[in-house]
Amino acid sequence: MPAASAARGAFPPGGAPARRRRRGLPLAGNAGIGILVIVALAALAAPNVAPRNPLAQTLADRLMSPGTRGTHGEVFWLGTDGLGRDALSRLIYGARASLAVASLAVACSGVLGLFLGLTAGYYRGWVGAVLMRFVDIVLSIPFLLIAIAVVAALGPGLEHTVLVLGLTRWPRYARVAFAQTLAGRSREFVEAARALGGTDVRVMLRHVLPEVLPSIVVVGTLEIGLMIVYEAALSFLGLGVQPPTPSWGNMLADGRAYLATGWWLATFPGLAIMVTVLGANLLGDAVRDRLDPRVR
Amino acid sequence: MGRFMAGRVLQAVLVLWAVSTIVFVIVRLSGDPVALMVPQGTPADVIAQMRHTLGLDLPLQVQYLRFLAGLARGDLGTSYVQDAPALPLVLQRLPYTIELTVAAFGLALAVGLPLGVAAGTRRGGAFDRLALPLILIGQAMPSFWTGLLLILIVSVRWHLLPSSGSGTPQTLVLPSITLAWLSLATIARMSRSAVLEEARRDYVRTAHAKGVPPRRVVVAHVLRNAAIPILTIAALDVANLLGGAVITETIFAWPGMGRLAVEAIQARDYTVVQAVVIVGTAIFVLTTLVTDVLYGLLDPRIALAGAPS
Repeated sequence: MPAASAARGAFPPGGAPARRRRRGLPLAGNAGIGILVIVALAALAAPNVAPRNPLAQTLADRLMSPGTRGTHGEVFWLGTDGLGRDALSRLIYGARASLAVASLAVACSGVLGLFLGLTAGYYRGWVGAVLMRFVDIVLSIPFLLIAIAVVAALGPGLEHTVLVLGLTRWPRYARVAFAQTLAGRSREFVEAARALGGTDVRVMLRHVLPEVLPSIVVVGTLEIGLMIVYEAALSFLGLGVQPPTPSWGNMLADGRAYLATGWWLATFPGLAIMVTVLGANLLGDAVRDRLDPRVR
Repeated sequence: MGRFMAGRVLQAVLVLWAVSTIVFVIVRLSGDPVALMVPQGTPADVIAQMRHTLGLDLPLQVQYLRFLAGLARGDLGTSYVQDAPALPLVLQRLPYTIELTVAAFGLALAVGLPLGVAAGTRRGGAFDRLALPLILIGQAMPSFWTGLLLILIVSVRWHLLPSSGSGTPQTLVLPSITLAWLSLATIARMSRSAVLEEARRDYVRTAHAKGVPPRRVVVAHVLRNAAIPILTIAALDVANLLGGAVITETIFAWPGMGRLAVEAIQARDYTVVQAVVIVGTAIFVLTTLVTDVLYGLLDPRIALAGAPS
């Protein structure tokens, strides 16, 4: 939807298109990158950044509110949970699950969708028709219901979450890759490469793929935020990352039990999800406006 | 038109078949249900007898055909835990989910559409600049967090509304706001861009030029044409609402289909999980089908061009 891009910053208020083509990303996009970088650094350096062991329980320090001092004089900036674990440390370690699942899921579904879309678009004919019909079908499956069923059957856990997300989210990439391949395939330099006797695989990878890749990157960045939310949702339902390993989703599920006694337990993990998803969405929108305004 | 509809119906049937098959495979992957049903140390011949009664000793392809035949008759198997047919168990909970989803959808449309249109018609105005960040933040808030925050503030702090239960109008308020939240942001955003897209068309300029009052231009010209993309997004959102209902129902202890699914997973009652997934898919497919047919009637160009992209 081209209007979406026109709506967001590409045109100044008043309607005239911007004369100067900006280099780099707009402010919002940079803010998005900033947020994601901070969260990623926190996740990677969790053992160094987290003030305490996220699993260490101190029953004397149960349900301390944020900013209070524990029995050993240490400050719990975000309070403690019902088992006396430091909420801030758990929040920092929780970023690991979110980012790991989100990046792996985007990578898996992106590669799968790219491969299928590229193949379908390149060979067209019945291969393309069958593959794209299949995409239509998978796209119209209510995804969360299937995810719940799969994880329920295979058993909960991080790997299964990635598997489910990877196997159900590829059609969006496939559809975009298909459209871009159809367009790229008829370009003259592709014709030339074929006329020079380039093999199908070579033409696809060396000449068509570079045409398709930007749109796939756009879809991928737009999907990151969604994947973070879905991971948290599955963990919230007890189907994703399993306790005691902290993840934002299962921390929220914990916090649900303490709504009346510990407001902070359900507040901060959600805030972390919101800020991270906001960062991912800002980046996604900016990358889309920059690389490919055609992708919705 | 007839061909278009036939294609749509065929696709709907294909989706239902595909989902049923996926669920069939998943349930078979999850292991032997009999092992979950009987206490440990049950004699082998009793287990064999049970497997025979349930038809689990048949070859897989025969089981699959029997499953499809059952599906065609509306028989989705028997709940292992409650020892009752699975479909009625699900259908019993269905009205609650429909009530919640319809309330949420209505709310999202009633608030999101005017919000987006107001922001779009005065692009760059004070309202637009205020609405856009709000929409972005709204889209980043996961529904399970929104729900917990609402309980925290409205129920725990202010004691205004109950945090769980069903049956009275008050109990519907918080769950429907929670479920509507994300769709509201999406619908607002899409209506804004749809209005912007239409507003720069020639016919709008013509309308302005011949002196049509601005309000009438928006309502009678812009909105009419912006309605189709907005409707598309809204209809696609029904899938998100159904998925979101699982979470919302869990948070608010709402006795719908989604909570049944979560309970069934915890009890390892896979036939019920299977039934929920199939019924949920059927509802979703039906909604999409109805929307598609409505488009065909609203805008003949779509039926002629084939599938809406």
